[in-house]
Amino acid sequence: MTATPAVSIRNLKIALPEGAERLHAVNGISIDLIPGEIVCVVGESGSGKSMCAHALMGLLPDSVTTETGEILLEGKDLLKLDEDGWRDVRGRRIAMVFQEPMTALNPLMRIGEQMMEMFEAHGLLTPKARRARALALAREVGLPDPERIVRAYPHQLSGGQRQRAMIAMALALEPAVLVADEPTTALDVTTQAQILKLIRELQRRRNMAVMFITHDFGVVADIADRVVVLRHGQVVEEGSATEVLTRPQHAYTKALLAAVPSMHPPVRAPLDGRDKAVEVIGLDKTYVTSGGWFRPDRKVQAANEVSFAILKGETLGLVGESGSGKSSVARLVMRLIEADRGTVRIGDVDLTKLEGRALRAQRHRIQMIFQDPFASLNPRRKVGNIISDGPIAHGTEPKAAMQRARDLLGMVGLDAGAMERYPHEFSGGQRQRIGIARALALDPEIIVADEAVSALDVSVQAQVLALLEDLKARLGLSMLFITHDLRVAAQICDRIAVMQRGVIVELKPTAQLFASPEHPYTRELLAAVPGQSASPQAA
Amino acid sequence: MKQFWKQMLRNPGGMIGLVILSVAILIALVGPSIFPNSPWRMVQRPFLPPFTLSTVPLGTDALGRDVFAGVIYGARVSLLVGLVSTLVALIVGVPLGALAGYFGGRVDDALMRFTEFFQTIPSFALAIVLVAILQPSIYSIVAAIGIVSWPPVARLVRAEVLSLRTREYVQAAIVTGQSNSWIIWREILPNALSPVIVLASLMVATAILLESSLSFLGLGDPNLISWGYMVGAGRTVIRQAWWITVFPGLAILLSVLAMNLVGEGLNDALNPRLARDGR
Repeated sequence: MTATPAVSIRNLKIALPEGAERLHAVNGISIDLIPGEIVCVVGESGSGKSMCAHALMGLLPDSVTTETGEILLEGKDLLKLDEDGWRDVRGRRIAMVFQEPMTALNPLMRIGEQMMEMFEAHGLLTPKARRARALALAREVGLPDPERIVRAYPHQLSGGQRQRAMIAMALALEPAVLVADEPTTALDVTTQAQILKLIRELQRRRNMAVMFITHDFGVVADIADRVVVLRHGQVVEEGSATEVLTRPQHAYTKALLAAVPSMHPPVRAPLDGRDKAVEVIGLDKTYVTSGGWFRPDRKVQAANEVSFAILKGETLGLVGESGSGKSSVARLVMRLIEADRGTVRIGDVDLTKLEGRALRAQRHRIQMIFQDPFASLNPRRKVGNIISDGPIAHGTEPKAAMQRARDLLGMVGLDAGAMERYPHEFSGGQRQRIGIARALALDPEIIVADEAVSALDVSVQAQVLALLEDLKARLGLSMLFITHDLRVAAQICDRIAVMQRGVIVELKPTAQLFASPEHPYTRELLAAVPGQSASPQAA
Repeated sequence: MKQFWKQMLRNPGGMIGLVILSVAILIALVGPSIFPNSPWRMVQRPFLPPFTLSTVPLGTDALGRDVFAGVIYGARVSLLVGLVSTLVALIVGVPLGALAGYFGGRVDDALMRFTEFFQTIPSFALAIVLVAILQPSIYSIVAAIGIVSWPPVARLVRAEVLSLRTREYVQAAIVTGQSNSWIIWREILPNALSPVIVLASLMVATAILLESSLSFLGLGDPNLISWGYMVGAGRTVIRQAWWITVFPGLAILLSVLAMNLVGEGLNDALNPRLARDGR
């Protein structure tokens, strides 16, 4: 700990524009980045963690102003630099890896050219030497078949490969400091595990200082040497990873850690002998993109012979990585998209056979909670209308429907004053509660929750999960719970179905699935969940 | 709404446009009752230059008619044609675009081919033909301008609806069992309105120009004086009597400019994310 820091942020204070929810984005933060050490900056959305990273790169938006503080790199204060000075520092001394590798890469440039651009921008090396370096970098970050991949375009790479390419670009000029802003958040768990390992290895090999921004304590447990916990732009706790994760001092850190769902499924009451609420038999769905005249059509099988049943009062989890077809299955069950083949049966009604008015009349029996709390509510309608629209469409008196909406808001923990307000006045967690109230307004038998808590911060996520569990028990609902997060699935599901490329590869009671996974893919998924080894508290 | 006015006030161009437009509308509404002289009546000797007699401040034309009265009365026709024909274009274009975008597939193909049919014909030529066939009158002019200007509206609405219909709140409405017409009118169209309003304000300007061009060619309503007709009538003597063409021409310029400024202002106010400096 006595090593001299590569970069130190001292008492940084960044003011937000007038009318923002608080005065300062970050308020008096000091962080030292020491060579050979990974510092994780953790916090929920709006804690100012990304602002720290951007300040370090000189990428702050025009609307904020740095009030006090300094960022020292080899004795120089970076905040006093002009644009030319910054250009020298960026890439060469401090490099950054962004969250979304697809938008951070230029879609019209080959991967290799984008790596070579790093040298070109700083006027280094000859074109030939640049090409050789790009190839060496591609090899170093573990891109398969480097000769071919440097000539590929970003869209031809997978998400993980793109992030590797981004890391290669960041490392090109051998910077002393690497800033990684949620670099694995957009990736699947198995890919995330690989990228974390890669960052760890490279950092050791090159003795870099790494500032790793994340909201995920699992990731922190896997990668951090030191942890800085941010809240409302202030450091609430700082210390070595093991110290913070196993013996958190501050109440906020304790609350955050407690909110991380455990990998150990709780004991659940057996549900044998109950009736089936919904039965799905042999659903098939293939998306066909026309290839035009000269190329064959592109076919993606989103669901292949998907069959399952959900008992009354049961929660069935559907887990898988992106592209596994789990969201397609949710939409097939909801009849939002049409299946090529197969049956969805609710009680004795075959939902796939109905059309038009008859279908609309049955829709109230199965309702959906959507992923994005910001896109799932019509911005131009009041909350009261959003909730009561459904019952009114099914013939309830408007007055009675409004009264019911008021009761439902109470049930999901919002006050009745919310009726007259518009969705943008609410936070993400509150919006998700409104979405739940809307789904419940029609007295459904089954709820389909498509990644319903994925967009929420851990503490809010825990509250919404508790609410769902409580409502389910009280109203005797069945639930199809779709998630990519095995920790969440472990906490809420009675049984879990694992999907891979449109096929359910394993379907078992939750405890059994976690204790003895059979399919190799299930095992791979379980092994990739971050934060299992490091500390029992986070796991 | 408050936010909207704040944005609008912050845009000087939009405010100037709004002021000019308000003046023009005021003139169109009350002008003829303040200046009851008919623009068709001969009041003075022909070719009287402007600013010589206070009774005819803008001079007289080849037949001794008052140019000032013509400009005042013309405002009514030009603005009316501009607004009503835009309304016609919206009434045709918005539902067509919404249906095409919402239902997609065959419906979309059929409606869009129909739209393209109108887009492939040069709009001004079609307008001339329509007015010529239907006999020049205020109704045929409004109809012709409406018919040639709805395709862009349909295209825009279709594109908006296409992107909005995949939003989760629209899916939520489907799931709660709403009917298609309810979803289109209550969930989708209100959210597609901003760009349509902006386009409509610019279409009013185009419609005023189209009407002027038709009148210039002698295809205006023979019973109503309009700015385009005055420019057309005065063009043969433009070297001897510039004022006969210049004053109505200025009126056209100002009102079209005002509509464009208002359109820009609306665009900035309704799509604030595009307007403000991105970073």
